[in-house]
Amino acid sequence: MPPVDVEALHIHDLAYSVIRVLNDKGEAVGPWAGQLSDEALVEGLRHMMTVRAFDARMLMAQRQGKTSFYMQALGEEAVACAFRMALRPGDMNFSTYRQQGLLIAGGYPLVTMMNQIYSNAKDPMKGRQLPVMYSSKKDGYFTISGNLATQFIQAVGWAMASAIKGDDKVAAGWIGEGSTAENDFHSALVFASTYKPPVILNVVNNQWAISTFQGIARGNAATFASRGLGFGIPALRVDGNDYLAVYAVAKWAISRARMNLGPTLIEFITYRAGAHSTSDDPSGYRPKDESSGWPLGDPVERLKKHLTLRGAWSEERHAQAKGEIESLVVQAQKEAESHGTLHNGPHAPAGTMFEDVFSEPPIHLIRQRQEAGI
Amino acid sequence: MTRMTMIEAIRSAMDVAMERDDNVVVFGEDVGYFGGVFRCTAGLQQKFGRQRCFDAPISESGIIGAAVGMAAYGLRPCVEIQFADYIYPGYDQLVSEASRIRYRSAGDFTTPLTVRMPTGGGIFGGQTHSQSPETLFAHVAGLKTVIPSNPHDAKGLLIAAIEDDDPVIFLEPKRLYNGPFDGHHDRPVTPWKKHDLGEVPDGHYTVPLGKAAIMREGGDVTVLTYGTMVHVALAAAAETGVDAEIIDLRTLLPLDFEAIEASVRKTGRCVVVNEATKTCGFAAELMAVVMEGCFHHLEAPVIRVTGWDTPYPHAHEWDYFPGPKRVGAALKRVMEA
Ligand SMILES: Cc1ncc(C[n+]2csc(CCOP(=O)(O)OP(=O)(O)O)c2C)c(N)n1
Repeated sequence: MPPVDVEALHIHDLAYSVIRVLNDKGEAVGPWAGQLSDEALVEGLRHMMTVRAFDARMLMAQRQGKTSFYMQALGEEAVACAFRMALRPGDMNFSTYRQQGLLIAGGYPLVTMMNQIYSNAKDPMKGRQLPVMYSSKKDGYFTISGNLATQFIQAVGWAMASAIKGDDKVAAGWIGEGSTAENDFHSALVFASTYKPPVILNVVNNQWAISTFQGIARGNAATFASRGLGFGIPALRVDGNDYLAVYAVAKWAISRARMNLGPTLIEFITYRAGAHSTSDDPSGYRPKDESSGWPLGDPVERLKKHLTLRGAWSEERHAQAKGEIESLVVQAQKEAESHGTLHNGPHAPAGTMFEDVFSEPPIHLIRQRQEAGI
Repeated sequence: MTRMTMIEAIRSAMDVAMERDDNVVVFGEDVGYFGGVFRCTAGLQQKFGRQRCFDAPISESGIIGAAVGMAAYGLRPCVEIQFADYIYPGYDQLVSEASRIRYRSAGDFTTPLTVRMPTGGGIFGGQTHSQSPETLFAHVAGLKTVIPSNPHDAKGLLIAAIEDDDPVIFLEPKRLYNGPFDGHHDRPVTPWKKHDLGEVPDGHYTVPLGKAAIMREGGDVTVLTYGTMVHVALAAAAETGVDAEIIDLRTLLPLDFEAIEASVRKTGRCVVVNEATKTCGFAAELMAVVMEGCFHHLEAPVIRVTGWDTPYPHAHEWDYFPGPKRVGAALKRVMEA
């Protein structure tokens, strides 16, 4: 593990190799191992299992017509769940739509997430946003945009503000590997290298951007991590399905930021095991068995194996935890549905549509609301 | 003639254009191997190869910028932006570049390119899959802006757009891809395959840019509209019994002044309808055109019906969308004046 004040040019190799802690046997090995207790790992496993159970229920709810749309994080749960555990209150995530693990590992109520997914009367976003476009300032979760990459540079700006104000809060930008093609990704790297603010620039490489393979976004030459090197930004490539590795690297990058040593770029290598969203069918663009052949395995299975090897977990405990988590999710769903679903309502009153466009509604919106009669 | 959905008609247009002219290339996000998230380019890569139909990285500025360069070389790129809501990173390349290259080089360089994108709401797509940004293009000197309302026109207009020597923005009302949605979201939509306007000629034909179509002849009031709202207006006329003449503009720029003026001079009344937000929406331009050209023939103030000036909401889609009830009320009001 390099010192946190390392210069990017001394760790170029980390942008091309893969940092792992869990080996194929499930043992924790190497310089990045040994950072998490049994309890912390069990908690991490539960978080990932909760994300998975939550996703499964919400996917089904969408299929049953209770909402318009859903996006799962199947197969890449370790990335957000482990990263979240290395953050502190006050830090801010500029997440994409696939880091629900940040909220769940942070203890955000499942019911509130579901209220948003159902656009129901208790949706904190008042039915304005597409499902999964959460927002919670107090939980360090910036309002999600449907426009890709826009928030990556915003994370840099937030971190610049933190530096200007002299506090020790850090920002985490999140982006899919496909979206690194957008200008905003490159703007983020330029600003991060110029101002060296306390930001962690996370690229989640789950191999697919809807139907396009990761090679479309980068050519076949370089890694996404190595994008940082030209900007002098320390860049690391990590096994994103290895909870322990994700945590260790996140911790390292976050402590760099916390000490004002500047930005870090991390590429998490993972695999989008499900469809992109409820709007596509991956069998139209990738081999059906690709997912099962993925060499980095399944993050839940890998952590389970490791904990079992440590003597801190067993099949029985796993089955029991699974049952408990599923009933928690079902309970949350019942409660959320008691507050309404997309097509059956109730929703926030329709007139709220005209609120929050500005701090105070200007005259034209007052008139339009009157015309609408709501 | 074949009955087609609007998706099939659009695909057929690209197929025909690519067959006739090797310079036509098609690319965009998910456009190549997969054939587009709405399937508009399905099969084109298999047929024409990866040199002529291919996947682009997720970079709208890259897509438009590259298309400008290709067009300057002499190709005729027809690119797809996955949703109109995602054009903004590419907007600079359109506004500052594609639209002005002919002008600034005094005709030395030209950019015959077509930018296709699904537009409009009605699919519970929330604020980033529902916008109607046509005015942002029509406002720019040097861009042509086209928006069909049915499969027949979609194919003919798209071929005309690809063959045009200037940059054309081609907006595809996504709620019309499968059938003529009239705003009655609680009723089933007739599929295009059972609709006369789903009749699409095989092979090559064009619907000229800059020519409106009269979708319903009438004597009481002229309705100027385009895209999804054409079908909403047709429903509103049928339901209110107002004898409206409904004009589908088809091309917003260049605008068919002749058709507009002839109709308004005949009826003496006018309602303009657009799905987009109200302030500075295309309906405002239409009102100005009617005032300039038909003031002395008007018997009542022109009324516009539009979306509200808020971001497009998710749960409240039908409170936002200017449906047949609002258009019908405007028809009655203009008749009472
Ligand atoms: C500016 C913009 N362009 C296009 C889209 C449409 N779109 C939504 S998700 C997506 C793929 C993103 O892939 P990636 O960045 O790899 O993230 P992943 O979905 O794999 O997590 C695309 C093209 C969009 N939302 N915003």
